[in-house]
Amino acid sequence: MEAVFSNFGEYLDAFGVTLALFAVSGLASMVLGLVLATMRVGPVSVLRGAAGLYVTVFRNTPLLVIFIFMAVAAPKLGYTFRFVEDVEIAGWNVSAYFTRACIALTLYTSAFVCEGIRSGVNSVQLGQAEAARAVGMTFLQSMRHVILPQAGRAVIPPLASVQIALAKNTSVAAVFGMAEATATMRAFNNNYADQRVQIFLLFALGYIVIVEIISFGSHMLERRAKVA
Amino acid sequence: MAGSVLFDAPGPRTIARHRIYSVLSVLALAGLAALVVLKLEEKGQFEYALWEPFLTPEYIEALLVDGLLNTLLMAFGAILGAVVFGVLFGVGKLSDHPWVRWPCWLVVEFWRAVPVLLSMIFWWMLLSLGDGPLSPLQCVIIALTLYNGAVLAEAFRAGILAVPVGQVEAAYALGMRKTQVMTTIQLPQAVKIMLPVLVSQCIVALKDTSLGYAIGAPGLTYIGEQIYIEFRVNQVPTAIVLAAAYIAVNLLLTLLANWLQKRYVGEKKVLEVPMVGEAHVTQRT
Amino acid sequence: MRRMKLGMAAVAVLLAGSLTACGEAGDDDNEGVDVDVKEDAAEDFDEGTRMRELAEEGKVTIGVKFDQPGLGFKGATDDAPSGFDVEMGKILAADLGIDPENIEWKETISDNREPFLEAGEVDLVLATYSITPERRAVVGQAGPYYVTGQQLLVRADSDIDSLDDIRGTEVCSVTGSTSLENIKAEGATPRGFDTYSECVSQVLDGAVDAMTTDGAILLGYAAEQPDDLKVVVEPFSEERYGVGYSLDHPEMCEWINETIEESFENGQWEEAFNLTLGEAGVETPEQPELDPCPAS
Repeated sequence: MEAVFSNFGEYLDAFGVTLALFAVSGLASMVLGLVLATMRVGPVSVLRGAAGLYVTVFRNTPLLVIFIFMAVAAPKLGYTFRFVEDVEIAGWNVSAYFTRACIALTLYTSAFVCEGIRSGVNSVQLGQAEAARAVGMTFLQSMRHVILPQAGRAVIPPLASVQIALAKNTSVAAVFGMAEATATMRAFNNNYADQRVQIFLLFALGYIVIVEIISFGSHMLERRAKVA
Repeated sequence: MAGSVLFDAPGPRTIARHRIYSVLSVLALAGLAALVVLKLEEKGQFEYALWEPFLTPEYIEALLVDGLLNTLLMAFGAILGAVVFGVLFGVGKLSDHPWVRWPCWLVVEFWRAVPVLLSMIFWWMLLSLGDGPLSPLQCVIIALTLYNGAVLAEAFRAGILAVPVGQVEAAYALGMRKTQVMTTIQLPQAVKIMLPVLVSQCIVALKDTSLGYAIGAPGLTYIGEQIYIEFRVNQVPTAIVLAAAYIAVNLLLTLLANWLQKRYVGEKKVLEVPMVGEAHVTQRT
Repeated sequence: MRRMKLGMAAVAVLLAGSLTACGEAGDDDNEGVDVDVKEDAAEDFDEGTRMRELAEEGKVTIGVKFDQPGLGFKGATDDAPSGFDVEMGKILAADLGIDPENIEWKETISDNREPFLEAGEVDLVLATYSITPERRAVVGQAGPYYVTGQQLLVRADSDIDSLDDIRGTEVCSVTGSTSLENIKAEGATPRGFDTYSECVSQVLDGAVDAMTTDGAILLGYAAEQPDDLKVVVEPFSEERYGVGYSLDHPEMCEWINETIEESFENGQWEEAFNLTLGEAGVETPEQPELDPCPAS
């Protein structure tokens, strides 16, 4: 136990990095996922096909391989994303490693967000879409004013699951140079080999707390959406 | 097609407009593809030397035998273990006895919420590092068994609950005991309902075997790493080959899942598990 | 249906790839030192010593790294590892009358060297194994057979040329290594990767500012690409690579030291170096002074 408690600052920092990875890629994946989902259910068949291909490719590729693309292969092509290091946000310097990890996580998670939203759209009653068309709305209008607000309700549970998965998936960044929670657990283990079980349980607890908060938040949202 | 409800059957003007959209998006996509190809070309990524390992019999053999075979071995080992774990804990969560139900709940929730990689590294350090009795490969199987088992436990539970109540009541009426009802009436039907879920969980497990890379367990990704370490410059081709291999295997599994769904469950009734793969963590029923 | 076609296409591509397989990547020359395998070596050792046992069994298990080119590396298609550590292992085995083919090579990583020795999983460890007092408390370490120190590898056009320059930069090394902790203490952001080779690639691509570990390893990489890479900074630590053995068999120390000494004299040590790290252009270092064995 004291392995973690005597290094509690490091423990918190590590989960801070995990949370930062989660927050940035969570937001980005929602945006990209929404764009993909709109393409996927829209009237332009080329875009439908493109979004479908994207989902097929990224859903069936392991996240680790996507990380290899971003962290190992992309720099070979000259994409190091080091230019972000000149950017300073509220005193924090964004690192290129962080950026690349977020891109990998976003690319992967967007495919699942897209599928989540699509299933939500499918769950909206036919009559609603028909009514929207009847009053003369275009595809984008009916999506924006009729379908998506209602899909929102059905979309919460699957999207919450996708985000929970993302929170856990940030651990893969540990293998590619990010000193987040999983990498830090490994480092603690090297220094305190006799306390492996306790160290593991404490780090697991950190993830459980994050996962429970997302889950709780989604339940709250769902409840509110139901009342409205 | 879901889209068809969302927009009117296009009239002549809309068709014309859609044609413009289509042309524009084709151009945009083609431009994107061309950009990628040009970039790869500019950086010399199409040179034969970079791809040669993947055409050399020894390396293909390494990829298929040491790589793919181990990947499949880990995935199926984990799924086998996960089914056993899932049945035990899924049934356990439905137990009438609180002292069975709660520990089962705790175990299932714990392994669902912990990242597979964290648990993998833990088991590896505990059981494989040093004089540990297990190989990294076995540690991958353990970590994946626990995670997928926890997810499957939830699926089994949902599958059991999806069996119509009337059947259970009928079984009780015939004088069957609780265990009999579970093993002869509920479980067999639950298994049938959840077969597709099981196969899609195979895909999850198969993808997660790649995490073995972090603990030196053999598998496709690990062999890929060895190849780009040995040749130093072919990271991009290696990553492409790896992705293609995983996608191919996973698509085959998807075909299987769809076939099973049609064959055993029927088109419409998809089992609603509180999010397969990644779950709704707490079960509030 | 579309999915099915995609899948089929992918399989077809894979199959076509393997059917027309005709590439010839990789090289087969994995030659090492010509060791003189002693005959009837068992006679040379006293009854009851571990050396005698090993010589009689005709087999020895040696732990080496599998991921460090020049020291201990095994490619995806290789049957046996190669590198300086490996060659030294062969020299030691030859003194026991054991043919290189009868050596069982086991992959050790930085985290499992002591436990492997303690549990008898391996008889010897030659895996960039720095001699430290902490390690000597749990295992035996004879040698050193090579001395190096922590340095920095940077791109040839880099401005970094002193330890002060790395404050605030990003430095790559292997996850969990002491080098990484040392560099963190110097004020750099540590970036842990799985292997050194991946770090080198990160340096070459400009994804990190520098990588750090033992100079021996860095020099090997720099020598391979002298136009792109350079090693900077005087060694800021001293790493003395030793041969690990189990404390259950303290008699092994004298034998290991004698054998290393012998290889210094008959040129095999130099030959081993030239064929491995030397091949990559690293100058042959001076022969290090061996530590005396602890009195048993």
